Amino acid sequence: MSITSKRNVIIIGNGMVGHHLVEQLVENGALSQMNVTVFGEERHRAYDRVHLSEYFKGRDAEALALCDGDYYASHGVTFNSSEAVISINRAAKTLATERGNYAYDHLVLATGSYPFVPPIPGNDREGCLVYRTLDDLDAIREAAQSAATGVVVGGGLLGLEAANALRGLNLETAVIEFAPRLMPMQVDSEGGELLREKIEALGVQVLTERATQRIEDGAASRHRMVFQDDKILETDLIVFSAGIRPRDQLARECGLEIGERGGVVINDQCQTSDPAILAIGEVALWNQSIFGLVAPGYQMAKTALSTLTDGDASFAGADMSTKLKLLGVDVGSIGDAHGNQNPGARMFRYLDPLTQIYRKMVVSSDGKKLLGAMLVGDNSVYDTLLQYYANGIELPKEPASLILPQSGAAPALGPDALPETAMICSCHNVTKASICATIDAGASDLGAVKSNTRASTGCGGCASLLKSVVDHELAARGVEVDKSICEHFQHTRQELYDIVRVEGIKTFSELIEKHGAPSTHHLGCDICKPAVGSILASCFNEPITDAAHIPLQDTNDTFMANMQKNGTYSVVPRIAGGEITPDKLVVLGQVAQKYGLYSKITGGQRIDLFGARLEDLPEIWGELIEAGFETGHAYGKSLRTVKSCVGSTWCRYGVQDSVGMAIKLENRYKGLRAPHKIKFGVSGCTRECAEAQSKDIGIIATENGWNLYVCGNGGMRPRHAELFATDLDDEALYRTIDRFLMFYVRTADRLQRTSVWRENLEGGLEYLKEVILDDSLGMGDELERQMQTVVDNYQCEWAGAISDPDKLKRFRSYVNDSRPDPSIIMTSERGQLRPA
Amino acid sequence: MTATAVKQATVTQSRQAPTGQKLCSKTDLVAFSGVAAWLETPQGPTQVALFYLPGFERELYAIDHHDPFSNANVIAHGIVGDIQGAAVVASPIYKQHFRLEDGQCVEDDSVKLATWKVSFKGADVWIEE
Repeated sequence: MSITSKRNVIIIGNGMVGHHLVEQLVENGALSQMNVTVFGEERHRAYDRVHLSEYFKGRDAEALALCDGDYYASHGVTFNSSEAVISINRAAKTLATERGNYAYDHLVLATGSYPFVPPIPGNDREGCLVYRTLDDLDAIREAAQSAATGVVVGGGLLGLEAANALRGLNLETAVIEFAPRLMPMQVDSEGGELLREKIEALGVQVLTERATQRIEDGAASRHRMVFQDDKILETDLIVFSAGIRPRDQLARECGLEIGERGGVVINDQCQTSDPAILAIGEVALWNQSIFGLVAPGYQMAKTALSTLTDGDASFAGADMSTKLKLLGVDVGSIGDAHGNQNPGARMFRYLDPLTQIYRKMVVSSDGKKLLGAMLVGDNSVYDTLLQYYANGIELPKEPASLILPQSGAAPALGPDALPETAMICSCHNVTKASICATIDAGASDLGAVKSNTRASTGCGGCASLLKSVVDHELAARGVEVDKSICEHFQHTRQELYDIVRVEGIKTFSELIEKHGAPSTHHLGCDICKPAVGSILASCFNEPITDAAHIPLQDTNDTFMANMQKNGTYSVVPRIAGGEITPDKLVVLGQVAQKYGLYSKITGGQRIDLFGARLEDLPEIWGELIEAGFETGHAYGKSLRTVKSCVGSTWCRYGVQDSVGMAIKLENRYKGLRAPHKIKFGVSGCTRECAEAQSKDIGIIATENGWNLYVCGNGGMRPRHAELFATDLDDEALYRTIDRFLMFYVRTADRLQRTSVWRENLEGGLEYLKEVILDDSLGMGDELERQMQTVVDNYQCEWAGAISDPDKLKRFRSYVNDSRPDPSIIMTSERGQLRPA
Repeated sequence: MTATAVKQATVTQSRQAPTGQKLCSKTDLVAFSGVAAWLETPQGPTQVALFYLPGFERELYAIDHHDPFSNANVIAHGIVGDIQGAAVVASPIYKQHFRLEDGQCVEDDSVKLATWKVSFKGADVWIEE
């Protein structure tokens, strides 16, 4: 294409939206087809108006600029600053400025808006200003030098921004609003009241329902504002920020269609009534609406790019949801925040006057969809609510859980309900969308997704979430999801468990010989071996240190200690129920001193001793066992702890002996190996000091016995345990937990906590109650018997190991030398050792 | 520390022991698992992980005990397995797999552990020349 055939495109206005259009033209290679000229009436090139108030905090015009000084020139765009367009001649397709006439093929109006100044007598007095441009800010700063007080007329978004700016200039500041509350567009009366309290607490005076009648000379200050009830307010400086009006003067004068209340009417292609002229940003009126936010303006700029390059993109309106921080106060508005656009909508409101938080949800009449939301004081739930709103995700059964405190109680979103933007792996910043993209690009299994996206290769904490997302997405694409545990077995963990039980298989080698997938080796791998090791232990509870089981164990189980990042181990003896005698405490201290161990109290009411060398473990355990300790299984996928409060023995509120019960339970289920670790909590009264509802098994004392909660979780995805049975006596409690745990052990996937197991369980809690409480499958007795087998076969693995010389050989760091690993280097911190 | 934060330069060619060197006896090994041993090399002492797979075509492997991802000496404590036919060990810290045959990391082409020729001489385990 030759130069001469290029079209002339002129953009009037160099605000954020006009500039965005230039960027779009540059980035999409459109400049090969057109000569672009930009007119800006300000002397500055486009700057960040959203962060205008930072101008008073030291960000100068250069820092606020949206591009480098040579951006336009370097891309061949002609930029005429300080050159206002005076008129448009549509017939001749020319426009005029003070400096000359310019011809266009296409014209884009991006003239934006101007601040509305109410027609109040005296509004043009010196020191009566507006808040819109950098020049306005310069004027405010200059006027503030001889002022002590300032008033902002208008308590909307921009008004509060302006008030913040005046505060920043050390003026005693007041905001005057005509409506009965601040931010009437965004918040309702409750939210407005809270907002007022918070803003007044910052020292800004808030006056609502005030209509200024006139402005005249003040007595003590420069101005006196007189209101409708003849009350007065004196001030040195007045900033009008009472809304914006589209700058449609040029369009009016050249005969383009204008809305009744202003704004250049545009169609879905951003064309005005003259197809050669487009309008974007705050000057444009689309579907009777002006969009006073930058994001819709950018959308219009993208549409304009398409229209100018003969594309077919359409502007389809924009979501006006906003998350703001005004004067340090969070304000959020999503969708139909007032609930007045959806007849029959239901409102949920939460108001906390102490922490000054207000949350409101507008929910569809059937309770399933979020139509809007309003937040004041805390935007922490904004993102979640926006996901529900923007993605049309069905709300949880109790929608209120989304805005109530402890939002961890809210049901977690399943993989299909997670929005595309949901962060799956925060180590490598992998979202659900990027996982879907790599699957669409050909990744057909979990391994491929992991190596393509690096998801779950950091801390690995997201592994099960990643797997459920990948499984779900593969299934959604019609890929048959291979539920095989790994390449060595074409079975799920549950199937392997059933095979082991039914056939009485007692070793890994027998299992892989009889039921392994055909493969060149029959070695297994680090997926199936620990899983089978766990199944065998669940069924028969033989010591994991037996020769046949050793190769199956993760290093933690092999050495019955937890490997730390420098190759040393930590040691956690069992302290059932968190109860320990002073004598035992002394022994722990002595052992830690003797072996140079870092000591820390765990969340499960135990004491963890870190930094033990492999070769020291047997001696350490010899001393601990001598003092009456036994292994704590902190290394195993097994029962960890039963946390308890002190209960009725000491506490004046306790109604049952929670410590006694915790010790009984811990001693009953210790040594139970399961698909994942299991934690209990027992609270002696409803005050719940043991935090039992965050545990796999939670027990809370009642006047009549015990309430049982199941499937709670702390950790990465907290989940409150659900009430499962009430007022159980001791025996009924044991029986119910026996059945529940054994059913979990039999049916869960590998490394699946009870919480995830429960969420994936078809039929949910009701089904679980039927199986466990009503014995609908007729397997209650069998489950209890299996648990009794595990309980009867318990032995302390460490006691077994230190009395067996063969097993002890395993704890040598090196088989041919007793010198310690020289790479383990410790340093001192807060009086203890830690890895250097 | 993320799994890939520490990647030491890895020796891609098998290190040479000066001559044949006895490391330990067969009874020190643990079937289908690993033990660690010291090996004297011209560059100084180094740590070797020995894996013993009785009944398999190749029964004995010697591979660097040092895990380059965690920078800890732990490879002998990993779980032995096979991935697509190749015998591997999984690092017990961040779970990367290394082929016992040549030390190649399955997840990261740029990482390869040193390996040594190793065999039984009677009841003893020898690193060969």
